[in-house]
Amino acid sequence: MTQYLLKRLGLALLTLVLLSFIIFFAGSILPGNPGRAILGPFASQHAVEVLNHSIGADRPLISQYWTWVTGIVHGDLGTSYQFRAPVSTFLFPALGRSLKLAAVAFVIVVPLSILGGVLAALYRGRAIDRSISVTGLSLTSVPEFVSGVVLIVIFAIGLKWLPVTANPPAGTSPLGQLRYLILPAIPLVFVLFGYIARMARAGTIEALDSDYVRTAILKGLPRSVVIRRHVLRNSLLPTITVIATQTGYLIGGLVVVETLFNYPGLGRLIFTAANNKDFPMLEAGVLVIGIVYLGATLIADILYTILNPRIRFQQAD
Amino acid sequence: MSAEEPRDTPAVPSATRISLEDSAALHDPGAVGLLPPVTGGAAGALDSSAGAIRRENLRLLLRSPAFLIGAAILLWWIVCALFGTVFAPYSPVAGTLTAFNNPPSGAHWFGTDSLGRDVFSRVIVGARDILIVAPLATLLGTVLGTAIGLVQGYFLGPVDSFVGRIVDAVLALPVVIVAFLFVVAVGTSTTTLVIVIGLVFGLLIARTVRTAVLQERGLDYIAAARLRDESNAHIMFVEILPNVLGPIFVEFTVRLGYAIFTVATLSFLGFGIQPPTPDWGTDIANSYQYLGAGYWWQVLFPALAIASLVVAVNLIADSIEAVIIQ
Repeated sequence: MTQYLLKRLGLALLTLVLLSFIIFFAGSILPGNPGRAILGPFASQHAVEVLNHSIGADRPLISQYWTWVTGIVHGDLGTSYQFRAPVSTFLFPALGRSLKLAAVAFVIVVPLSILGGVLAALYRGRAIDRSISVTGLSLTSVPEFVSGVVLIVIFAIGLKWLPVTANPPAGTSPLGQLRYLILPAIPLVFVLFGYIARMARAGTIEALDSDYVRTAILKGLPRSVVIRRHVLRNSLLPTITVIATQTGYLIGGLVVVETLFNYPGLGRLIFTAANNKDFPMLEAGVLVIGIVYLGATLIADILYTILNPRIRFQQAD
Repeated sequence: MSAEEPRDTPAVPSATRISLEDSAALHDPGAVGLLPPVTGGAAGALDSSAGAIRRENLRLLLRSPAFLIGAAILLWWIVCALFGTVFAPYSPVAGTLTAFNNPPSGAHWFGTDSLGRDVFSRVIVGARDILIVAPLATLLGTVLGTAIGLVQGYFLGPVDSFVGRIVDAVLALPVVIVAFLFVVAVGTSTTTLVIVIGLVFGLLIARTVRTAVLQERGLDYIAAARLRDESNAHIMFVEILPNVLGPIFVEFTVRLGYAIFTVATLSFLGFGIQPPTPDWGTDIANSYQYLGAGYWWQVLFPALAIASLVVAVNLIADSIEAVIIQ
C-alpha cells in the first residue's frame, strides 16, 4: 500500500510540474511588456526598460521560469504588479476566505445530494427518481452566476430574507457571518448536487443489484438493515472519493460566485488580477487552484485505499 | 486485453482508475454521469441492421418527453439566433434615452436597461453569438479530441503516457479557469474563445475516445486488418473510428451544454462575447450591480434565457446518451 501511495504522490508531483510549465508559459504568451503594463502608456521607454531589467522580464523565458519555480518552492510566490507587494500577503488570506465559503457549500450539499441519490436509487424508475434526476441535471447545468442572480432577485431583493452581499459589516458574530455566506454558497450547491447525487444513485443501484444484497434479502434481513448495513456501506465508497475531488471544481466555481457577491476570496483575487494583467498574481492563484485540486485528488485516493478493504488487504500481501 | 493497458497504470487498482476518470469530469458539470458506452458488440453489425438500430434510436428519442421539451426550447433559440433581428420589436443596440430602466410594460415586455434598450429584443438577439461560438468550439474540440484519443488509444506506450500527463495537468484546473488564463493571455476575441474552449474540450474528449478505442483495439477485426497489412492510419480512421462514433456523438452533445456554460460564464466575467453585441452573460454583468435599485428585469430575463438554453441542451444530451447506451 505504501508503494502504491508513493506512486500516486510521484504522479501528482509530475502533473504539478507540468501544470506549472503550462501556467507559466500561458502567462507569457502575450503579456506584452510587463514594464509597460506596470508603468502605463506615458512612461518613457528608458524607464520601462529599467523596470523590465529589474524584474527580470528581459531574460530568456526558461530562466524566468526557473526563477519563478525555485521562488515558489521557497515560499516566494512573486511580486504583484498591481499592488507592488508580495503575492502571498494577498493570496493566503483570500484562499482562507474561499475555503470558508467552500466549506459552507460542502456542509449543505453533501448530506442533501447523498440523500437525493440514495432515494432516487431506492425508487428507481419511479416518479421520485425521475424528478430527482431531472432536477439534478438541470441544476448542475446552469452556470453559477445565472442561478446566483435569480437567487438574489428572489431571496435578497424580493423576500429580503438574506443579504445581497457576502460581506458582513465589521463586528458581526461568527454565526451572523454565516448568514452572509448562505446565498453565495447555494449556486455552488446547485452545480455539485446533480453530480454527487448521480454518483450516489449509481453506486446504490450497483449495490442493490449485487449478489450479497440478494443474499441478505433472501436470508430474511429487514429492508432497513439491508440498506443500512449492506447497500450504503458499499455504495457510498465511490461517492466519498467524488466528494473529495470536488474541491477543485469548487475553487473554480468560486471565481464566478465571488465576483457576483463581491466576496474577497481567491476567485475574485484571480479575476481582479486578470483584469489588471497582474500576471504574477494570476499565475500564482491558478497554480494554487491546481495544487488544491491535486492535493484533494490525492487525499481522495488515499481515503479510498483506506476505506476499501479489498485494496487494503490485497496490497498488504 | 489487460496486457494492452497503458504502462503508467499497471499497479493502480481499477477502482482508483475509475476515480481518476471521474475526476476529469468533476469540475465539469456538463460531463455528469458520462460513462463511455460499450459499443464493441456493434462492431460486426451489418449495414442494414445498423440502419435499423438508428431508426429505432430515433423512435425512442421522439418518445422521450425530456428530449422533446429540450428540442423545442433549443429550436426556439435557434430561430431567435437566425431571425431574431427580423422579428425583435426594437433595435437591440439602439436605446431610447428617455425610457431607461423602465419596468416591464405593454410597450417593453421585459422592460428597458440603463441605456433605454429594450430587454426583450436584447434577449431575442442575444441567442446569436453564443449559438455560434459554443457549437463551433465544441466541434473543434470533438475533432481534436477524436484525433488525439485515436492516436493515444491505438499506439499506447510513450505517446499515450506523454499526452495523458498533459491532459492530467490541464484537467487539474477547472475548465473555466484554463479558458480564463488563456483568454486573458492571448486577448479577448470570438476566435480566441472558440480556439481556447475547443482546445480544452479536445483534451477532455480525448479521454473518452481513448477509453472507447481501448475497448475496440483487442477485437478480431483489428487483428484481421493488421494481417491484411493495412496502414495504421487506415486502421485508426477507417476501421476503429466508425465503431466509436456513438460515444463521440454523445460526448459532442454533452460538451455542447458545457460549452454554452463556459461561454456564458466567460462573458459574464467580461472575457467572452464583447459589447455592444447583445449577449445574455454580458447583459447580466452590466446590470447586476444595480439589482439593489430594484431593476430585476434587466438580469432575470437574460438569466432565464441562459438557464433554458443550457437545460434544453442537457436534456437532449441526456436522452441521446440514454438511448445510445441501451
